Amino acid sequence: MTSINKFTAPDHYLVDDLLTEEHKIVRAAVREWVNRSVKPFIEDNFEKAIFPKTLIKELGEIGAFGPFIPVEFGGAGMDYISYGIIMQELERGDSGLRSMASVQTSLVMYPIFSFGTEEQKRRFLPKLATGEMVGCFGLTEPNHGSDPGSMITRFKDMGDHYLLNGAKMWITNSSIANVAVVWAKDENDVIRGLLVEKGMQGFTAPETHGKWSLRASITGELVFDNVKVPKENLLPGAKGLRGPLSCLSSARYGIAWGVIGAAMDCYDAAMRYALERKQFGKPIAAFQLQQKKFAEAITEITKAQLLVWRLGVLRNEGRATPAQISMAKRNNVEMALHIAREMRQVLGAMGITSDFPMMRHMMNLESVITYEGTHDVHLLITGHEITGLQAYK
Amino acid sequence: MKLLVLIGNVPDTTTKIKFNADRTAFDASGVQWIINPWDELALTRAMELKETTGGAVETITVANVGRQETEATLRKALAIGADKAIRVDADVRDAFYVANQLAQVCKGYDLIFAGIEASDYNGAAVGGMLAELLGIQSVSAVSSVQIEGGKLHLIREIDGGSQSVSVATPAMAIVQKGIAKEPRIPAMRGIMMARSKPLEVVQPVDTEIRVSFESFELPPAKAACKKFSEEQGKELMHALREEAKVL
Repeated sequence: MTSINKFTAPDHYLVDDLLTEEHKIVRAAVREWVNRSVKPFIEDNFEKAIFPKTLIKELGEIGAFGPFIPVEFGGAGMDYISYGIIMQELERGDSGLRSMASVQTSLVMYPIFSFGTEEQKRRFLPKLATGEMVGCFGLTEPNHGSDPGSMITRFKDMGDHYLLNGAKMWITNSSIANVAVVWAKDENDVIRGLLVEKGMQGFTAPETHGKWSLRASITGELVFDNVKVPKENLLPGAKGLRGPLSCLSSARYGIAWGVIGAAMDCYDAAMRYALERKQFGKPIAAFQLQQKKFAEAITEITKAQLLVWRLGVLRNEGRATPAQISMAKRNNVEMALHIAREMRQVLGAMGITSDFPMMRHMMNLESVITYEGTHDVHLLITGHEITGLQAYK
Repeated sequence: MKLLVLIGNVPDTTTKIKFNADRTAFDASGVQWIINPWDELALTRAMELKETTGGAVETITVANVGRQETEATLRKALAIGADKAIRVDADVRDAFYVANQLAQVCKGYDLIFAGIEASDYNGAAVGGMLAELLGIQSVSAVSSVQIEGGKLHLIREIDGGSQSVSVATPAMAIVQKGIAKEPRIPAMRGIMMARSKPLEVVQPVDTEIRVSFESFELPPAKAACKKFSEEQGKELMHALREEAKVL
């Protein structure tokens, strides 16, 4: 029946009052799905490094892919706060699961919707929304991470097609993707987006193994060896870095919400443990040093909740700037990682086992603090914004 | 066929129950409200019937008695897939009051689903009373509903087994666990579509209040566990017999 899971979401500042009834239905729906389809299996999947592919169809069914994409293209036409709430609930399950959905929504559906032709939108978006198709996004290269403008992946105009050469790295969904949104330079050094499809000759997507993070999610490479890309697969609306960076803004926005889910999961599990676990004749939650951890955690969660709520309002109004999104991503990921570590300590040795979610969240968040703009780069984005002076190079 | 599902608005089953100072009313502050779990299963089964009977089910309506704050629960039912909602704008009182309010909006349906009880007050009375007020047959403890050739085939759970019955319409099925496997989760598109589905508000009819709540008591707190070592078999037996009085 409903609510078999004992999770209680912390809401110290009654942030719920800032949400609509519809937002709460969205949250309850995704929370219930995560309780039912993710929580019972995720520790095992993580341990065995298996991405649960059956979840792709279910994510499509509940509408977790492209919720803000208009209904005519398979989305739900929802606002950005709903998108954020979905990401929060998925990441309460696992950051790898949220990453999969983030990529599909913000890095694949968003650019096709924003920069694609009508034909591209009709061909790809409805199937990406249902999960019938999976997408990935290729920007980072082996030698170009924080400096994507220096990328060396290129394509040449061969008259009736483009010829693509190069490689991309650290690509979520790579080996299972039917379509990759690949950013590459044309002959005039302008960065353009190409839709590279599975099965195109010369295109391979080997999986990266040996990760100690995002183990229940697929990461890999994209290798292009003289890949013939049909001309109709060029995204006409994006020229220059602005294209991929706008996708990253959408994804980072979702991450800023998502990681709160991971933090809440750690906080909730540790709180319940600390109220039950007794030492020296009383629950360990009664000790000052444990209360310090919890008091600081709830303070940080509350700040993070208010930050993303305001950011969501701004994004709904079309006023959220990349720098504001950057600040929320940076603040919230660090907050979640710190809370995962502190809450792990509350549990003592029990905290390192897969009976509790802290170690898994902590290991996942080490990726989240690095991808979609590293923690340091986001600091420099804020620095640039407030001083007007660049310090990237 | 027109289906109606009665929807109860109840506290989330994980809610910590509190009462006001003189224990005469439930303290609803900070409570998350959900669809009564049995009603949610009933709605799920109604949706399955609509999807699998090749047009035999024309519409699914949901109805409740409650104030405006209960509309979120009805909206969730619409998001799951109901076509229309009706709310009788009144506070929930005793079972007869609720049944009498519902009777005015439950006419003209071929099959009405009621959950076997509400998960908050465990009244288990509205479905039967409503069927009487409507003058239609009711079948209780239903764990399966099939529609074949315009007829209803139901399975009831009885002591030690089950009983298959067929019933003419209009009818009331008072359903229990098993009616659907698990409650359906609303999809994001369904949530958005629910915005534009009709939600009719109906004024209550005058009804005598026959039962009034006097006070509520919480169950006694669990006593501390007593532990016995392997050698204390006799003491354990004594405690089970004399203190726990279970032997």
